[in-house]
Amino acid sequence: MPVKVSLTVNGKPVTADVEPRTLLVDFIRAQLRLTGTHVGCDTAQCGACTIHMNGAAVKCCNMLVMQAQGANLVTIEGIAAADGKLHPMQEAFREHHGLQCGFCTPGMVMSAIDLAKRHANLNEATIRAELDGNICRCTGYHNIVKAVQAGAQAMRS
Amino acid sequence: MYPFDYQRAASVADAAALLSRNPDAKLLAGGQTLVGAMKLRLAAPPQLVDLGAIADLRGIKADGGTLSIGAMTSHAEVAGSKDVKQRIPALASLASTIGDRMVRNMGTIGGSIANSDPAADYPAGVLGLGATVNTNKRKLAADQFFKGMYETALEPGEIIVSVSFPVPKRAGYAKFKNPASRYAIVGVFVCEGQGGVRVAVTGAGPSAFRVPEMEKALASKFSPDAVAGIKISSSGLNSDIHASSEYRAHLVTVMAKRAVQAALAAG
Amino acid sequence: MGDMNLIGSAVKRREDYRFLTGAGTYTDDVQIDRQSYAYFVRSPHAHATIKRIGKDKALKAPGVLAVFTGEDLAAGKVAGLPCGWLITGVDGQPMKEPAHPPLAQGKVRHVGDQVAVVIAETYLQAKDAAELLEVDYDVLPAVVDVADARKKGGPAVHDIAPDNTCYVWALGDKSAVDKAFASAHHVTRLDFVNNRLVPNAVEPRAALASYNRADDSYTLYVASQNPHVERLLMTAFVLGLPEHKVRVIAPDVGGGFGSKIYLYAEDVVVTWASKQINRPVKWTAERSESFLSDAHGRDHLTHAELALDKDGKFLAMRVQTTASMGAYLSTFASCIPTILYATLLAGQYTTPLIYCEVTAVFTNTTPVDAYRGAGRPEATYVVERLVETAAREMKLDPAEIRRRNFIRQFPYQTPVALLYDTGNYEATLSAAMDLADVAGFAGRRRQAAERGKLRGLGYAAYIEACGIAPSNVAGSLGARAGLFEAGEVRVHPTGKVTVFTGSHSHGQGHETTFAQVVASRLGIPIDDVDIVHGDTGRVLFGMGTYGSRSLAVGGTAILKAVDKVIAKGKKIAAHLMEAAETDVEFADGVFKVAGTDKQVPFAQVALTAYVPHNYPLDKLEPGLNENAFYDPTNFTFPAGTYVCEVEVDPDTGSVEIASFTAVDDFGKIINPMIVAGQVHGGLTQGIGQALLENCRYDKASGQLLTGSLLDYCMPRADNVPSFKLDTKETPCTHNPLGVKGCGEAGAIGAPAAVMNAITDALGVRDLEMPATPERVWRALEQAKMQKAA
Repeated sequence: MPVKVSLTVNGKPVTADVEPRTLLVDFIRAQLRLTGTHVGCDTAQCGACTIHMNGAAVKCCNMLVMQAQGANLVTIEGIAAADGKLHPMQEAFREHHGLQCGFCTPGMVMSAIDLAKRHANLNEATIRAELDGNICRCTGYHNIVKAVQAGAQAMRS
Repeated sequence: MYPFDYQRAASVADAAALLSRNPDAKLLAGGQTLVGAMKLRLAAPPQLVDLGAIADLRGIKADGGTLSIGAMTSHAEVAGSKDVKQRIPALASLASTIGDRMVRNMGTIGGSIANSDPAADYPAGVLGLGATVNTNKRKLAADQFFKGMYETALEPGEIIVSVSFPVPKRAGYAKFKNPASRYAIVGVFVCEGQGGVRVAVTGAGPSAFRVPEMEKALASKFSPDAVAGIKISSSGLNSDIHASSEYRAHLVTVMAKRAVQAALAAG
Repeated sequence: MGDMNLIGSAVKRREDYRFLTGAGTYTDDVQIDRQSYAYFVRSPHAHATIKRIGKDKALKAPGVLAVFTGEDLAAGKVAGLPCGWLITGVDGQPMKEPAHPPLAQGKVRHVGDQVAVVIAETYLQAKDAAELLEVDYDVLPAVVDVADARKKGGPAVHDIAPDNTCYVWALGDKSAVDKAFASAHHVTRLDFVNNRLVPNAVEPRAALASYNRADDSYTLYVASQNPHVERLLMTAFVLGLPEHKVRVIAPDVGGGFGSKIYLYAEDVVVTWASKQINRPVKWTAERSESFLSDAHGRDHLTHAELALDKDGKFLAMRVQTTASMGAYLSTFASCIPTILYATLLAGQYTTPLIYCEVTAVFTNTTPVDAYRGAGRPEATYVVERLVETAAREMKLDPAEIRRRNFIRQFPYQTPVALLYDTGNYEATLSAAMDLADVAGFAGRRRQAAERGKLRGLGYAAYIEACGIAPSNVAGSLGARAGLFEAGEVRVHPTGKVTVFTGSHSHGQGHETTFAQVVASRLGIPIDDVDIVHGDTGRVLFGMGTYGSRSLAVGGTAILKAVDKVIAKGKKIAAHLMEAAETDVEFADGVFKVAGTDKQVPFAQVALTAYVPHNYPLDKLEPGLNENAFYDPTNFTFPAGTYVCEVEVDPDTGSVEIASFTAVDDFGKIINPMIVAGQVHGGLTQGIGQALLENCRYDKASGQLLTGSLLDYCMPRADNVPSFKLDTKETPCTHNPLGVKGCGEAGAIGAPAAVMNAITDALGVRDLEMPATPERVWRALEQAKMQKAA
């Protein structure tokens, strides 16, 4: 039996009737057509589906849309400025070649922003340890680490 | 995922009532294990009772010598809590090693211990600190709580409300991670507290267990050397593609040493 | 006006904006009206006979549109999936080529083998209904290990290969090699397992097919590295469709690493089914399906020997390898452990005699094919582990033994068929030793010991053959396809340029690098150039991206088309300036009459070509649009030296990569930022193979034990260090850009460097990959026991 869910996504209120078994990621991708949030695995390992829920990074492939009832969600589509200007973390990824195929990138950026907000001082070891929920098969992480460091600094200034 | 009926409980009593009406229903806490299992169609509860809206189940209270953590408190909240860091830094440290940041933002202490995954971290902390699991029906000592692989003393309809941890003199946790899943291949929690020394191990056996030999040795001298020579038997320990029982037995000693070191370093 | 310093410049990637804002379009992001969803029912058994398939219940389930099995495909005259490379064995016989039906017919041969497809209105409905499909199996014994494949009396995966042998193939002069071994001063022998790997591009494979009744045409969106090859194989060999009625689009693709080269069953089935039900059909793999259905990599068992004289000069090498093909021959499976493996066994050395025998076997496992490096990592592992071990056995410095054997004269004909055009191995070795501070290693080892850690250092001096070519040579070796590339340069009337390339970018940054090449050659701003790829409906033809070939082959094709544009432009400019064509020069975006101040800019020539009022219409066609095909005359030979230092925690056996230095010679470099990124990624995959990744099957049941990311260990940010990189440049001699290719190097060189470092740290002769903590701990325990004994 469908159930009603109401939440806010990238500043816009959304209400919908859903099957209870709908995963939050499927709701975001299929129903809202925000396809920047990706699915790379089925065991909550890869982090390509990372979004922010009430300000905290979560893997939206591993939760029901019903668990987001009343929540304020931000997806990768809600990160850049309204005029299209990249967020400092996005800009840092571009500047430091922190992405290749781009598939893990939205999740990686969402994690990186969350990470930067939580740490005043980010060294390489902290970044590497805290990115353990996001898998990238292309970059070898080298440039992602550089990008996160630079992006975090830019976010503070 | 198979279809199921979804109910959002407004209170613990409400959740208990729902469970009594549908004995096959499952409680949904953070869902980090349950939703994953349902996705892979390994679990198929006909009904989920979501505890997410019950504010009473969330939060950390420090009261004299006891730290009480609401069942729906996330791992990230425990890891970041000033109260936990001050009183039982080892517990904050343990919580910070669970899964990854995103999992820690959703996963809860109640969900974790109710599941009693043999490789989960919290069981080591709960058992190692000699905590009390408070349910809607009774208080359960940690030593009585973990019964086996995915088995606890919880009865049908019983809901974990909070976990009370006695603040120890010192404690430490050392974890050897499964490099793929990041669960514990072996995690050892040591604690010197009111009730003496406790050493609890997760990852190595069917469920968290204590190591009396090590507790004895540490009671007479709380130092890494005290446990360095104590080898536990590999018989009955878990064995999988990541680690044989023999290797796990060896790691118990190594992690126990490191946990003691961590406890001493923390004061 | 033009960007003259584009070559060699770290131009920021033009594709990044869409990826960073979530605006990329991957196959699963595409949605077509009325699309339906496919779910594949897969075999739960490694080997079984299908006795019966009952569809009725599934067909009656809510939302179900169709259920198809192998029988339906056979009735629809759908043929099997072809193998693109014919290997001829030492017995002169062609390899055994068993049928590879897209949906099983009568038998399943690995866990995950496709048995049926259920198509429904929603994905969940298809998946729900799939559980209602009744499949009765008679389970048969299975064989999964390479070592067991040829055991007498064991199960046969295919009736046509009762001993599971696909082919026995050899390269080199066996008797001369045997003779050299008989009189050698020293022989180093090692047995290797090259562990089976799962590619795990983070985007799972996906396909979305639609059929248009109005003109009997098909459109297939698919996560593919080579859409034209996919279309050719699908239309000509499997579905028998007219090629011009099928458009294959590989939009943004989330990584490939080889796994998205091949024509897969799912692509064929959804395309065929879209006509049967007259609805678009979408399939997106779940990660667990990827583990079962994407072609795996490596899986070799090797016995290797190196013969040396008293000075450490290599006299001969003898290698015996058994390579798994898995249950069926994937598109390029047969050429990986032969053409792309044995030919690389000379490495960077003058070893005069090499013999390699390869036995390819079928096992009840997922098919094995090219995975980043494909054959070359396996060869490098053999050569570089042998060389390092020989140095240790002969008490020679591992750098010195390499130096004594380096090839120093080019071109160099190896005894294993390749002709190296150029190289400078001393340069990369010396630079790597400096950058890695090899001189300071002893001190670092002492410091590590004080911290209770074991530190080791290992080298790998790799070579690879990239840009696989030329077509006629490949053809004589069994290739069933050409290996050229195509490019088209369309100059618009305003002088803006759209370039169409048959190469495909799935992370490599072609939209940037190729634009740098074109803008620089045309002397126009890079913003005036767009690169189009991945669409058979727009790009004239293409062989796709694999084997580090894109820039060397695809880039050259584009450059040839650009040169045709310039040649035609000169004719137009000559007419405009009333000069002889031979007097017209083109530079910096301007056509000039030599020795005069007469000039016309590129854009004016372009406009003239499309508004041909003042134009030699009697001699020249209007328009400015050229295409070119380029078939290389040789492989390119990137090479380099890697130095790895590890620290081992003897208490747990954990290995940490303490530092990793890579000095590569990729010839000319167009975009150093992108090249470094390719190296970082390759190194991490190589380190993954050495330390973490291992695809394992249960011997008894044939079940995949590492079927999810909870059990298959992917490298994460905390498993690798930041890398120290440098490059040296000896330009490739046979392509105009002087480029060699950089996509696979890291994955090729890293495993040997890591394992050489670990064995050095532990003081053991050998250790099997991956060097998991338990394996390392056991090796240390064993060494302790041997010492005590």
